[in-house]
Amino acid sequence: MESVGSIVMYSIIVAAIIIFSILTVTTRRILRAATYLLFTLFATAGLYFMLDYEFLGAVQIAVYAGGIVVLVVFSILLTSKPGDTSSKLTSKKRVVGLAASVASLAVLGYAIASRCDFWSTFVKPSETGFDMHLLGSMLLGTGKYQYLLPFEAVSVLLLACIIGGVVIARKR
Amino acid sequence: MEKLPIALYIIPSLIMFCCGVYGFITRKNMIAILISLELMLNSVDINFVVFNRFLYPGQLEGMMFTLFAIAIAAAETALAIAIIVNIFRAVKNIDIRDLNKMKF
Amino acid sequence: MSIFILCIPLFMFLFLGLVGMKLSHKLTGFLGCLGMGACLTLCYITSFTYFFGGDFVNEAGERIQSILWNTTWLQFTDHLVIRLGFLLDPISAMMLVVIPTISFMVHVYSLGYMEGEKGFQRYYAFLSLFSFSMLGLVVATNIFQMYIFWELVGASSYLLIGFFYKLPSAVSASKKAFIVTRFADLGFLVGILILSYYTKTFNFLDMTSNPEGVFGSFEGATFMGASVLTWALVLIFMGGMGKSAMLPLHIWLPDAMEGPTPVSALIHAATMVVAGVYLVARLFPLYLLEEAALTIITVVGCLTAFYAAVVACAQVDIKRVLAFSTISQIAFMITSLGVARPEIHEGLGYMASMFHLFTHAMFKALLFLGAGALIHAVHSNNYTAMGGLRKYMPVTHVTFLIGCLAIAGIWPFAGFFSKDEILSAAYGNHWFWGLWLSMVAGLTAFYMFRLYYLIFWWKNPDFGHHTPHDPPLAMKFPLIFLAAVSCVAGFIPFGHLVTWNREPYTIHIDPVVAASSLGIAIVAILLATYMYRKENPLPDKLANTFHGLWTAAHHRFYWDELYLWITHKVIFNSICKPIAWFDRHIIDGTMDGFARVTQWASCSIRGLQSGNVQTYVWIYLIGALLMATVTWLCLL
Repeated sequence: MESVGSIVMYSIIVAAIIIFSILTVTTRRILRAATYLLFTLFATAGLYFMLDYEFLGAVQIAVYAGGIVVLVVFSILLTSKPGDTSSKLTSKKRVVGLAASVASLAVLGYAIASRCDFWSTFVKPSETGFDMHLLGSMLLGTGKYQYLLPFEAVSVLLLACIIGGVVIARKR
Repeated sequence: MEKLPIALYIIPSLIMFCCGVYGFITRKNMIAILISLELMLNSVDINFVVFNRFLYPGQLEGMMFTLFAIAIAAAETALAIAIIVNIFRAVKNIDIRDLNKMKF
Repeated sequence: MSIFILCIPLFMFLFLGLVGMKLSHKLTGFLGCLGMGACLTLCYITSFTYFFGGDFVNEAGERIQSILWNTTWLQFTDHLVIRLGFLLDPISAMMLVVIPTISFMVHVYSLGYMEGEKGFQRYYAFLSLFSFSMLGLVVATNIFQMYIFWELVGASSYLLIGFFYKLPSAVSASKKAFIVTRFADLGFLVGILILSYYTKTFNFLDMTSNPEGVFGSFEGATFMGASVLTWALVLIFMGGMGKSAMLPLHIWLPDAMEGPTPVSALIHAATMVVAGVYLVARLFPLYLLEEAALTIITVVGCLTAFYAAVVACAQVDIKRVLAFSTISQIAFMITSLGVARPEIHEGLGYMASMFHLFTHAMFKALLFLGAGALIHAVHSNNYTAMGGLRKYMPVTHVTFLIGCLAIAGIWPFAGFFSKDEILSAAYGNHWFWGLWLSMVAGLTAFYMFRLYYLIFWWKNPDFGHHTPHDPPLAMKFPLIFLAAVSCVAGFIPFGHLVTWNREPYTIHIDPVVAASSLGIAIVAILLATYMYRKENPLPDKLANTFHGLWTAAHHRFYWDELYLWITHKVIFNSICKPIAWFDRHIIDGTMDGFARVTQWASCSIRGLQSGNVQTYVWIYLIGALLMATVTWLCLL
């Protein structure tokens, strides 16, 4: 029964991902696009939860949904008037974009579909389970499979980004 | 849950990626382009996580990559939006077709 | 010591050329004169030691040819070596007197003449360069060194003719001189190459000390019906024709008078233009081998002498008269070399030619410097602006008269002796040459005194408040000195000093030739006196009577027009235009085609570099997909 429930759950999440992704890039109202993006990101977080990565799902919601999308919405509100719609796409542009995306879909989809590995690999129950202690020691350790240096680099990047954002966007 | 092969997780990610490509190429509003970019990044994140979970369930490398990718995406978005706001202030427009003053 | 003879002028050229602009005019002039004076002293010592020191005479009483030093300058192979050296023999020792004397006089004279001119320092630097090159030319030990310095004197002549480079006429005159002499030097170079190819040497001594060996090495080599030795010698003489302004290549010399007058005196009267004579004299033993070459030289000399003398009778510009007179006198020297044979008065022609070179350098420099003084006084080159100047400029008048008497060949002035020797040599060869030269000598006396009377007598001009007067001392001194030399130079026992085989030879003045030439000269002078002493309509009447002749002579028998016609109409139309068409349409067209294809290609791919990130992404994505597909297909 559990597996049936999880399949239903999976179907809902995947449907949300696909539908909202497509809506994100096809709607002509920019604020709606941001909202659909938010839904897509939520669905992605749901996928992470399904795969037992609760922490990652939480980060996804907090940073992506809570941070980035809010930032995007703010900037949309700053740069456009309510009710603005982008002009209709020219057919040439649409054909070009469709060609690119369909071509990549075809090539990569065929690559996935043709590999039997992809259809015979199933999720294994994790033996150790997810452990926050492990995560913490990985982020702040210096040994093998430990990421103190990237952690620090990202922190510096974020600091630089904050300063840069302030400098670029402030009123002169 | 045991019935679902890895391909069923990768294919939505692929579709999401293709949507991002389509949006990136066709949209004219810079923020819309940024949103498409986020879509693409997100699909890659899903791939990292899925492969980590399916192939190396005892390790967390894919998740770590996703974490860092999210952090960097946040930084990139913040910076991009700062630039967009600044451009908007300068030319009152963020349509990418009109931003060609410095082209030639 | 002899090396300093070359080093001092070279150093002065570098010094004045590089730092002269920082010095005052006075200091520059003083330094230039000082340097030339030092060089003059060294040259006098060297030449005196050679002629009278006794060290340079062998047991047989011949003067020896001595190489004082000879350094390797360029070594291409073991046999192909170009040396720079110092050859001392009678003619180079004589030139070591002539060149620094005139050069020093011109240096001193220019102190006054060029006073206050812009570019004074440059002028002195070029004078030093010229002195260096000319000295290097006359002491050359091999024909290649001579060629190098030959080009150097050409270059310094070019620089000095174009000294007033803001005058278009000076610029075109310098270009003309350069191009014409360069054209002649092409023949010279080819001649050098032919000669040294067969003789396997560049050295003068190796060639001239063994003429039979040279002749032997040419045995049987002929080209277009003449022996190759003749060709080589005639081509070398062509270089001399260019430099010495012989008949078809004379056109540059009259125009070269655009340069400052002292330069004309130094370069275009006394020294550089006799380089052609010197060249033939230097290779004279080789020319003796080829009767044909000597005949060509004689004919060219005779024609040029007559032509230039006729043209000189109809010129208005006094410097042009002197220029044509120079051409005529150099032609005398050339003819004298051409008629010289060892069996005729023991090679008198050679000695006479060198003698005339010496005396002509003195009195022609004197005449040019006198002309400079006149131009300085009346600010015009034309005799129409002069006339009756004898009262205003007594010193110039007397010295100019001495110069005229010398060139006309009146006893006891220098020209009488040397010209008499030339006439004797010419009569000795063939009566025709002698008669011809006697006639030209009469013409010489006539046009020189025509010039003299037109300048100093003719009319009493009205100069207004600006009265001409004698030049300052710096200009007077060279005039007086050269006049004195012109008076006494004839009594130098030249035969004891310079002869073709370097044996002493006592000059005998042939009384018949001397008396006849003197008589012709006096008659010509009297004719000139009758026609030009007082203002009268006779010359104009004569000019109208022989209108065609006079106009033709006035226009120098249209040689320049002929050259213009040949170059513009014939060469430009038939050769240059097709080449220009080829260049413009074929070569340029090919290049334009390349450019057009490149432009078309870049235009067509320019759109790719649009700066549009979306396009880039699209192209990148398609490329990546294609590569993935290809890789995947290959892996199948």
